[in-house]
Amino acid sequence: MTIHDFASRMDDPAARRFGTFSYLPPLTRAEVALQVDYMLSRGWACSVEHVEPQRAMDDYWYMWKLPLFGETSTDVVLAEVDACHEAHPRDHVRLIGYDGRRQTQGLAFVVYRGSAS
Amino acid sequence: MSTPIKNAAYSAGVKDYALTYWEPSYEPKDTDLLACFKIVAQDGVPREEAAAAVAAESSTGTWTTVWTDLLTDLEYYKGRAYRIESVPGDSDAFYAFVAYPLDLFEEGSVVNVLTSLVGNVFGFKAIRSLRLEDIRFPLAFVLTCGGPPNGITVERDKMDKYGRPMLGCTIKPKLGLSAKNYGRAVYECLRGGLDFTKDDENVNSQPFMRWRDRFESVATAVKLAEAETGERKGHYLNVTAGTVEDMFERAEFAKELDMPIIMHDFLTAGFTANTSLANWCRRNGMLLHIHRAMHAVLDRNPYHGIHFRVLTKCLRLSGGDHMHSGTVVGKLEGDRQATLGWIDIMRESFIAEDRSRGIFFDQDFGHMPGLFPVASGGIHVWHIPALVSIFGDDSVLQFGGGTLGHPWGNAAGAMANRVALEACVKARNEGRPVEQEARAILGEAAKYSPELAIAMETWKEVRFDFDVVDKLDAN
Repeated sequence: MTIHDFASRMDDPAARRFGTFSYLPPLTRAEVALQVDYMLSRGWACSVEHVEPQRAMDDYWYMWKLPLFGETSTDVVLAEVDACHEAHPRDHVRLIGYDGRRQTQGLAFVVYRGSAS
Repeated sequence: MSTPIKNAAYSAGVKDYALTYWEPSYEPKDTDLLACFKIVAQDGVPREEAAAAVAAESSTGTWTTVWTDLLTDLEYYKGRAYRIESVPGDSDAFYAFVAYPLDLFEEGSVVNVLTSLVGNVFGFKAIRSLRLEDIRFPLAFVLTCGGPPNGITVERDKMDKYGRPMLGCTIKPKLGLSAKNYGRAVYECLRGGLDFTKDDENVNSQPFMRWRDRFESVATAVKLAEAETGERKGHYLNVTAGTVEDMFERAEFAKELDMPIIMHDFLTAGFTANTSLANWCRRNGMLLHIHRAMHAVLDRNPYHGIHFRVLTKCLRLSGGDHMHSGTVVGKLEGDRQATLGWIDIMRESFIAEDRSRGIFFDQDFGHMPGLFPVASGGIHVWHIPALVSIFGDDSVLQFGGGTLGHPWGNAAGAMANRVALEACVKARNEGRPVEQEARAILGEAAKYSPELAIAMETWKEVRFDFDVVDKLDAN
């Protein structure tokens, strides 16, 4: 059996990861929609964040508007993710589901990966 | 019926325990500490007498009447056996339920509770075997204990991990590596996609690798992997030591190195050391991983010892943010329903009585945080769908051999596990039944991850199908 080298370098932006789902191929729009359905079905408030790639490890990214409290439409959530991406095309854009009952993020994953400047 | 001993004239001698300590009409109070024992009495000893003997010997009683009994209000202080039940499918053993007044126990001390409940009584001659099956700690006692130093939600924020179980790996071989080589193994695992690596419990500070050297090498590895992946990482630095002074010195150094998590063996080191360490962690914002060496000595025999759910409750009160729980599917003992019972005890605020999971009492932990169950021992990528179903997101899944044994090395092994985990979480969120569709879900993920494809090929035949020794009692 051939042993493969593990291709990951400090100076390669592609080596950076972003938590949940960042080891899978980029999710298709339909796959993102299914995750939004999941978050909404659990009563979580979806929220969009973005940040410059060099600041990705910080706790606080820029919040896009406010969390979408009470929103039940997957299309509306996806439209906000896209609007954030269009306004900040070079930034990472993350979608969060806030679980207010457990006081935590039930899910968070990067939808658009920004380009390192 | 209780005997009005406080009004009786004193008469020296030996009385039946049941006269004083068997009280079937007693209604337990919300503040009572309740215990369920499984008893096999010696031949000829009635169940009520055996149950009363256990209540007596674990509370106020001794083998003979003493005059100083009459200086106190025994009716107030004594433990009482208040119920007896047959054990399903077993004609020898029975359950005895005992209520203890809150005053018998020092606030905040699980040590004191255990010294009473599992003290001398376990060697008592009238009893052939004795097992503490469950304890109901009254909320009034729970809230005198510190509990987990951080808890699940705080740890998620500190580690920036949301929406999935976390992944770990115990570094092997467990003994003999030098500090620098050990750090290498840590670095490879973490850069490959694991969240945590772990010291083996046997690793303390031996001549081949002193603790300070290990801590420094590991800290270097953690920081490099964080910079490379952009994700937060940790290594459970084992601070378990021969003295508490050494334990705290190691904990302080881990903090100095800016490491997020340390580790402790709560049974071999003892509850006093554990509670002190948990308090230190709470004051210092340090996460605390708890290993459970020695537990199977206490909890595996179905007729004698302490059930693991009791050890779990005691540890939650003493303090820890992670605790090994068994895997159900791996190489170590653990019935599925019973395991679901004690992982609820680790995580939930209120756990209702549920005999199908071996839970004998309602247990209210109030506002005390929960801790992460850690599934570790003989698990690999093929087990991930079942593990995600059994444990849910609030868990740590640890693959030792299942990471380090990958044919391409630790980083590839780590990546295989991370890809498999994320594929299962994604599928679950999409509404797919991951256990039933395990083969399809992993197969799809392996198409874009050669690391996962090789891992699946390597471990496809490995199973651990042995019968469980400690089963739940049932017909």
